[in-house]
Amino acid sequence: MENKRTCLYDKHVALGALISPFGGFDMPIQYSNIVEEHNAVREACGIFDVSHMGEVLVTGPESENFVNYIFTNDIAGAPDGKIFYGMMLHPTGGVVDDLLVYKMADKKFFLVINAGNIDKDVAWIMEQAQNFDVTVEHQSAYYGEVAVQGPNTEAIVERVLGIPCAEMVFYTCKEVEYNGETIIISRTGYTGEDGFELYGSHAFTNEVWDKLLASGEVTPCGLGCRDTLRFEVGLPLYGDELTDEITPLEAGLGMFVKLDKGDFIGREAIAAQKAEGLKRKIVGIELKDKAIPRHGYDVEVDGKVIGQVTTGYNSISTGKSVCMALIDAEYGKLGTEVAVRIRKRVFPGVVTKKRFYEKNYKK
Amino acid sequence: MSKIVEGLYYAESHEYVKIEGEYGYVGITDYAQHELGNVVYVDMPDVDDEVEAGADFGAVESVKAASDLISPVSGTVVEINEALNDQPELVNADPYANWIIKVQLSDASEVEKLMDAAAYKAAIGE
Repeated sequence: MENKRTCLYDKHVALGALISPFGGFDMPIQYSNIVEEHNAVREACGIFDVSHMGEVLVTGPESENFVNYIFTNDIAGAPDGKIFYGMMLHPTGGVVDDLLVYKMADKKFFLVINAGNIDKDVAWIMEQAQNFDVTVEHQSAYYGEVAVQGPNTEAIVERVLGIPCAEMVFYTCKEVEYNGETIIISRTGYTGEDGFELYGSHAFTNEVWDKLLASGEVTPCGLGCRDTLRFEVGLPLYGDELTDEITPLEAGLGMFVKLDKGDFIGREAIAAQKAEGLKRKIVGIELKDKAIPRHGYDVEVDGKVIGQVTTGYNSISTGKSVCMALIDAEYGKLGTEVAVRIRKRVFPGVVTKKRFYEKNYKK
Repeated sequence: MSKIVEGLYYAESHEYVKIEGEYGYVGITDYAQHELGNVVYVDMPDVDDEVEAGADFGAVESVKAASDLISPVSGTVVEINEALNDQPELVNADPYANWIIKVQLSDASEVEKLMDAAAYKAAIGE
């Protein structure tokens, strides 16, 4: 099947980007160099085309109850403009997808889902919606999205785009009129830095991209550094740390699952897993050497395989070779000595926290 | 435009070997280092390990991927480039000065199956 392209595809090609498939789209992986793009976001400002992300609008009299039924976090009574991170679960507790829920207004919720899961998610949401008085609109084809990330972002968005955002707090959104259309801006991101995400028509997305690049203060950044940035601050990627078979508790994301909020899909399985205790969990591992532990490599203790790497890199910000790995919980204590098999050799390491770099969010 | 050095032998998998007497210095080409991007680790064999033409003997790791190193020649590793342990980025800076392993050749005629500079230049489309 042919991959989809975002509304900025031609601009990526013109910039000489390395293009690779991701989530059913042909996406820019890097423009110049992953390290330079990564550092631009940590130190200044970078822009990502994330138009591949999916958008679903849920409205109607029972929309709040419905979203709370398919979502692990608790959105009940939330103020307008508040954003929640959480997951949709299978009844087994495995993750259908992780997503953001934007409370746009009373009985109006905007769901942002992963590109690779769009078809699965939309079918899932539609199926669950049958018993609720709600309207579900799949809007991925309409929306383009850019993420503008890094410590200089707030000033640049205000000055170059003329969109007031300084007063916005982390994990909030608002609708703004821009050239006659209503766009959505949120103080969110996937890099561990302060920043904003902007959703609008393809024309709006192209205009924002052009204006920000023309300012000379914003670096175009590909999905390559998006992955190194999110990884360093311990953020999960669906397909690596979260799958249909991995539960939020195993992924260390229990704080986004509100077991006391009332019924929701997957609640029973998660409550049972919590009561029984985890058999496996995702941990951080720091290697002593610089060899890079990559997705799928075995983690061993005394020659016995105890799990697999989910994501690993030589951290650009710290220079250390580190990974997240799903391992038997009995070896999950901080400081436990483990090893990762990389090609023919076994490299010693130690269990650490899975945040390898501190986030710099503006609260 | 990638740098290609006259007098070296080149493999399709983008390693080169520089022959000096009974020894060959094996590294990756400028084209290869550019394709890989920032090299962050070079996984090298041990001295006295045997290498075989066409078989992998280690890997070069960039941020985004690990790329196997395929030996263009057969023989015994007599030296590894220890400097790459602390400064793998030397492979990016000058891949021809910063060879990876030095091999005592077991069959000097193997180089005849490799490309010369002109053929390699054509092979990478430059």
